Amino acid sequence: MSIIDLTCGSGGRNTHQLIVDVILKNLNYPELFNMGDAAYIGNFAFTTDSFVVTPEFFPNCDIGKLAVCGTSNDLTVAGARPEFMSLSLIIPEGYKKENLEKIIKSVRTSADEVNVQVVCGDTKVVDNMSLKSIIINTAGIGKIIKKLNDYNAIEVGDKIIITSDIARHGMAILLARGELQFNGSIESDCCHLYNLFKCLDYNCLNFARDATRGGIAAVLNEISEKCRKGFLLYEEDIVVKNEVKYLCEMLGFDPLTVANEGVSVIIVKRDKVEDVLKLVKKCNYGDNAFIAGEVIERQVVMLKTIYGGLRNVEMPSGLLLPRIC
Amino acid sequence: MKYIDEFRNPSIVNDILTSINKLVIKGRSYKIMEVCGTHTMAIAKYGLRDILPDNIDLVSGPGCPVCVISQGEIDAIFSLLEKEDVILFTYGDLMKTPGSNNESLLTYKAKGVDIRIILSPIDMLKEIENTNKELIFVSIGFETTSPANAILIKEMYKRKIKNFSVFPYNKIMPGIIDVILRDKDLNIDGFICPGHVAAVTGTNLFEPIVKKNRAAVVAGFEIIDILLAIRAIVLQVNNGTFRVENLYKRVVSDNGNSLARQHIDDVFEITSSIWRGVGSVERSGLALKDDFQQYNVLNKFDLIIESIYDKKGCKCGEILMGKKSPYECSLFSKECKPESPIGPCMVSTEGTCAAYYKYMVKSEHY
Ligand code: SF4
Repeated sequence: MSIIDLTCGSGGRNTHQLIVDVILKNLNYPELFNMGDAAYIGNFAFTTDSFVVTPEFFPNCDIGKLAVCGTSNDLTVAGARPEFMSLSLIIPEGYKKENLEKIIKSVRTSADEVNVQVVCGDTKVVDNMSLKSIIINTAGIGKIIKKLNDYNAIEVGDKIIITSDIARHGMAILLARGELQFNGSIESDCCHLYNLFKCLDYNCLNFARDATRGGIAAVLNEISEKCRKGFLLYEEDIVVKNEVKYLCEMLGFDPLTVANEGVSVIIVKRDKVEDVLKLVKKCNYGDNAFIAGEVIERQVVMLKTIYGGLRNVEMPSGLLLPRIC
Repeated sequence: MKYIDEFRNPSIVNDILTSINKLVIKGRSYKIMEVCGTHTMAIAKYGLRDILPDNIDLVSGPGCPVCVISQGEIDAIFSLLEKEDVILFTYGDLMKTPGSNNESLLTYKAKGVDIRIILSPIDMLKEIENTNKELIFVSIGFETTSPANAILIKEMYKRKIKNFSVFPYNKIMPGIIDVILRDKDLNIDGFICPGHVAAVTGTNLFEPIVKKNRAAVVAGFEIIDILLAIRAIVLQVNNGTFRVENLYKRVVSDNGNSLARQHIDDVFEITSSIWRGVGSVERSGLALKDDFQQYNVLNKFDLIIESIYDKKGCKCGEILMGKKSPYECSLFSKECKPESPIGPCMVSTEGTCAAYYKYMVKSEHY
């Protein structure tokens, strides 16, 4: 008997395998096979997401803001303007009303930031044996500006822009759990990518995704598999904040595999890359943007180290497990 | 943390590489073993095999604590979880290691077994006050982790805790180094010796290596540390004079850390132990001393360690001895991948197969 373990939900290879083996096998709708951030229905993009995070409040963010940003970001990188969303709550009995209100207020603030309206929802309360903390599910809908999840638009030689320094969200959560016995905190990078995208010229963008679970490594491997091309990244250009870099180092994590919540991978024509980068850097949340590498023919994701050696950037295989010694 | 940037300075790296390139003698090959799993990972991470001269051949040794635990030892953990309602504490790397039954701690956790990942054994002390359940610690690791494990056990003893026990799976280096050196096919020219182990034991642990006319250089884990060690080994080999060199003086004193050794001595005694793919090796493990035998989970729950050293078809044993490279295992990157590992060398992030799978881009192997 095969059962579902935590690696199946971590955004890596096992998640992907589960989706293919169980979900796509039975739900073989053409639109679902795209496995992009959102589905395209007529002139609209449609997406859904669920949020579970412990703790539910952490530096610069909480599960409410995360839910709104996560949903609006999925629409944004699909090339749409986020407009409406739903909000479903599953709450364990005994949960503090005060905390719920904090979360809902944060949903409001975050929705207002990009003019998204919450227009339907649902509330369930379940016994606290089956659930320890709140779960939020959302769906979102938005008008398409330009379809940015079309794998055919990716061409060898195109350049990759990453819109911010990486790995901050994952490390923020890990630190906020307080299990590491390190002092200090890291702020999550959670933000609305729409505030960045709206200043860009969509004609110059070929493709976009946000690099959430599994980080840059997971998202590039997914795109590579779909577009049948590869990526070459340059280590020396990748921006990671020092505190994030050092914490990753200590725990044995590769920042490329750590989750982000406000970081997009944008693929652009080679001759447009400097212009786009200049614009991105001027926008909200884009000041740490950088050119990370380029699209190559061979279907593999690689990194050129600062010393000129090459290494594979594998699809992360599962959980981030701190290692011994 | 300033070390991270200083010890990764690309222009210094370049200078050392140039110097290594000048030193290596054409037509001669240099086979260098890194004993420690953290070195294996670092070598892969920096793409070192790509940038070193072709006649320097880096092979990985038996230094990944998860990889060297025998299959029987893993199975014993699972058989306990099958029959008793306990809380198991483990280091993260062990979570994915498959048992003979193809289960892993992750799948046991999914089935509801209470398994907690800890960063330090001391984390268990907090839990002990909250429960009457048996708390079990999987005590693995080399000389580096053993002192902390010993401190935990002493503390439990002092507090007269009864619902606590350990899987005593700690390994130590001397015996296994002997095995490697005694091997008649031993064709290793020099060893990059594990810096963190040496920090505890001191550098004389590696004297037997130089007695066999092989180079032994204690090194840290940054790229510059590793390159300097390789350069030192090349020099020793070229000159034919062998000695233990300590290039990790910022952490390792030649005499090691006597306090850490005292903790180990208080709790453990040296014993033979079973190594994956190798079998029983004298003076290579730590057993609980009599006073602490009450914490031996094997006695407490009547567990037997079956003598299964390897998983079928897996070549981890030979890989751990530097005799084979992962590319020579027919399962590598086909049936055996990080998400569906067959042997522990693929499970642990420090395992040689995982490092090769993760970081090797040489196209001929794909
Ligand atoms: S590739 Fe897998 S099966 Fe082969 S030696 Fe490595 S761990 Fe064992």
